[in-house]
Amino acid sequence: MQHVWIVLGVLFVLLNVAAGLIWVERRMLAMWQDRLGPNRAGPLGLLIVLADTLKLFFKEDWIPSFADKKIFVIAPAIVVASVLMSFVVIPFAPGIVVADLNIGVLFFLAMSSLGVYSIVLGGWASNNKYSLLGAMRGASQMIAYEVFMGLSLMGVVMMTGSFRLTDIVEAQRSVWFCFTQPLGLILFFIAGIAETHRLPFDIPESESELIAGFHSEYSGMKFGMFFIGEYLGVTLISAMTVTMFFGGWMGPEFLPGWAWFFIKTFAFILFFILLRASLPRPRYDQLMESGWKVLLPLVLVNILVTGAVLLYLKG
Amino acid sequence: MSLLFYISSVVAIVATLLVITCHRPIHALLYLVVSFLAVSMIFLSLGAPFVAVLEVILYAGAIIVLLIFVVMMLNLGQEAALQEKQWLQPKVWVGPSILVAVLLLEMSILLLRGESAAIQPAVDMKRISLVLFKEYVIAVELVGFLLMAGIVGAAHIGKHKKKHPHRFLQNGKENGHADNNENNKEVKPGELLKEEMIHN
Repeated sequence: MQHVWIVLGVLFVLLNVAAGLIWVERRMLAMWQDRLGPNRAGPLGLLIVLADTLKLFFKEDWIPSFADKKIFVIAPAIVVASVLMSFVVIPFAPGIVVADLNIGVLFFLAMSSLGVYSIVLGGWASNNKYSLLGAMRGASQMIAYEVFMGLSLMGVVMMTGSFRLTDIVEAQRSVWFCFTQPLGLILFFIAGIAETHRLPFDIPESESELIAGFHSEYSGMKFGMFFIGEYLGVTLISAMTVTMFFGGWMGPEFLPGWAWFFIKTFAFILFFILLRASLPRPRYDQLMESGWKVLLPLVLVNILVTGAVLLYLKG
Repeated sequence: MSLLFYISSVVAIVATLLVITCHRPIHALLYLVVSFLAVSMIFLSLGAPFVAVLEVILYAGAIIVLLIFVVMMLNLGQEAALQEKQWLQPKVWVGPSILVAVLLLEMSILLLRGESAAIQPAVDMKRISLVLFKEYVIAVELVGFLLMAGIVGAAHIGKHKKKHPHRFLQNGKENGHADNNENNKEVKPGELLKEEMIHN
C-alpha cells in the first residue's frame, strides 16, 4: 500500500512541478532579461499556468492529412513516458523511492535512450521537411551525447562500486562527488542539456531556422506533451545531477531529506533557465564536433584517471 | 515470474512476426523495438538484469535509432510499401517456414525430454565483468580493435575536405586562381564522386 502512495505522490509532485515551471521559466527569463514577464493573471501572474493549460486543452487537436497518423499520435506519448519511467529509480529521501533497482544508473540511461524515439518519430511522421531536418538533427545529437552521458557517470559508479542510486547517495556521506569528480559533473551536465535539447542545445527545434523543428505540425495537447516532456526532462537531469554529484537528500539536520533534495534540484532547474537566458545557440556541426572531438576524449581521460587513482589508493 | 516470462515471450514472437509482415519500413522497425523490449523483459524475468538493460540501451536505444535514421533519409514512399507487398507473396514463405518448422521441432523435442536449461540464479554484474575481463579478456580486446578499425574507416570515408574557408570565398576572390587549381588537384576521386552525387 505504501508503494502505491509513493507512486501517486511522485507522479503528483512531478506533474505539478512540470506545470509550475511554465511560470517559473517565464518569470525568471524576464527577470534576467530585464523585462516583467507574465504578471496580469492572479498574484505575480501565477494563474498563467492555468490559462496556458486550458488553452492547450481547448485548442483544436489537428492531425495533418499527410501525416502517418498512428506514429504521429504515439510520438508525444513516448517522451513523457520514458522520462517518467526514469524517475522510478531516483531516491528522493531515505525510503522514498519507487523501485530501488540494483541497476539504477543503467535503467536511467536506458530510459533516456528511448526518449530519442519521440523526436525521431514525431519529426518523421509529420511528413514535413523542416520537421524531418529537426528529427535528424535530434537523433544524431541525442545518440552522440548519450555516449558521454553514460561514460561521465562511470567515474561515480567506479568510486561507489554500485549502480544502485541509494548506494551512490550513501557513499557521499563524507564528501560529495562534485568535489572528487568535477570533470564528470561538468560533462554530465553538458550531456544532460543536449539530451533534453534545451537551449543552448535546442538544435532539433531551433525556431529561427526550422520553425520549431520536429514538433512544428503538432498542436493542442499533443504539443503540450512535448512541452511537459521537456520540463520533466529538465527536472530529471537536475534530480540526477543532485543524486549523483551533490549528495542527494544529504544536508544539515534542520531540514528533512526530501526538502534538501527539492532545494538542490530547484537550484539546478534555475541554472537550466539561466543558461537559456544567457547563451547563444551553437551551429549544428559545432555541437557535434565539440561532442566527439573534445567531450569524448575528456570523458575517457576522466575514467582513466579515476581508475588509476582508485588502484593507487587500494594498493 | 514464469507468467511474466510467457507474456513477454508471446509479445516478442508477435512483434517479430509483425516486423516481417509489415509493409512500411518504419512500422516494421517500431515492431522490432517492441520485440527487443520484450526480449529484455525475458532476460529480466530469467534473472539477468544487466543483460536486459544493455539490450535496451544498445539495441532499442542506439542501433534501431540508427536504422530509423537511415530509413528516414531514404525517403521511402508509397511505392516502397507496394513493392514490399509484391515481395511478400505466399510462395515466398515456403522456404523460411520449413526452416522454422525444423527449429520448432528441435525445440519441442528438447522441451519434452526435459533437458531445457533450468532457471539460473540471478547473474549480477560482478560475475559478468569478472568473466569478461579474466577468461575472455583477449576476445574483449580483439572486439575493441575491430570496433576501432570500423570507426576509423567510417571517419575516413565520411571526411569532407574543406575547400573553401567560407561560402563567400568560393569563387576564389581571396585565394586567386592558381591556389584554386591546386586545391582541385588534391581532391581524391572518391570525394569527386561524392560531390557529383550531392549535385545530382
